[in-house]
Amino acid sequence: MSADHAPKDGPAPGDRLSALDKASFKRELTEVVPHLRAFARGLCGRPDLADDLVQETLLKAWAAQDRFEPGTSMRAWTFVILRNAYLTDMRRNRFRGEYDEGVAERILTAPAGQEEPIHLSDLHRALLTLPPERREALLLVGAGGFSYEEAAEICGCAVGTIKSRVGRARAALTEMLASGNIPRRSASDEAAHRAILDELEEVAAGNLASTRG
Amino acid sequence: MATDQDHEGARGRGGSADRTPRRAPDWADGLKQLYDSVVEEDLPDSFKALLDRLDELGQGAAPGGSAAKAARPATRPDDQR
Repeated sequence: MSADHAPKDGPAPGDRLSALDKASFKRELTEVVPHLRAFARGLCGRPDLADDLVQETLLKAWAAQDRFEPGTSMRAWTFVILRNAYLTDMRRNRFRGEYDEGVAERILTAPAGQEEPIHLSDLHRALLTLPPERREALLLVGAGGFSYEEAAEICGCAVGTIKSRVGRARAALTEMLASGNIPRRSASDEAAHRAILDELEEVAAGNLASTRG
Repeated sequence: MATDQDHEGARGRGGSADRTPRRAPDWADGLKQLYDSVVEEDLPDSFKALLDRLDELGQGAAPGGSAAKAARPATRPDDQR
């Protein structure tokens, strides 16, 4: 997806799509909703806020549907919209890397050949302590199954940058889970929150530069 | 201004962070499991309602407009269960 085709906020020019095109668009949009929910949940941690983000994404995608190129990836296109909405909400102080203890505590996973099972709750919490740009890169590649190239297009950065972010995210998670030293990052942790927002500002500045350049 | 890309890209080339691990870390399946567990959840009714009502919205309607707000049901944590 090139920057020219990336969804943008704001009204699109009138209804230009045929009824068939609109039905097809809606079907594809409906099919990606579960993936949008999973990506949003990984980004912001709280299921209710994540679903609000997805609903906002669906409305924006619907409003911008004539900018979608049939035959291209609806999932990638809508992930760009969701990511932009998330960054906007982050700047508005809406998300604080909040973690829903209840959801992840219910599930345990024990990888084959491993003596100590990894608690998904620990993994989820560790994931939310990562800087947002590394977290989203790992979610896209490691969970969403996007290629590095696709993830780079979604994030508006170079492929090498995505590879680096994924590598650093993996290294950080491996270290945290191996040592059991997973920082608590709660809504009351203002220092951590400020650190996230500072990092976010840097990410946003970088993205703007790459989009314009 | 140096960008995040400049920093990470430069460090990543030839650095340890840019290398793909020889084998997936032990938690890799867990990450996919977290993602898939959400993908496989039943879609909350609020989403079904929103999708049903999209056709009422004109294409190109501003997402924050009154029509969009009317079409967007409130999402509650209860919807997740």
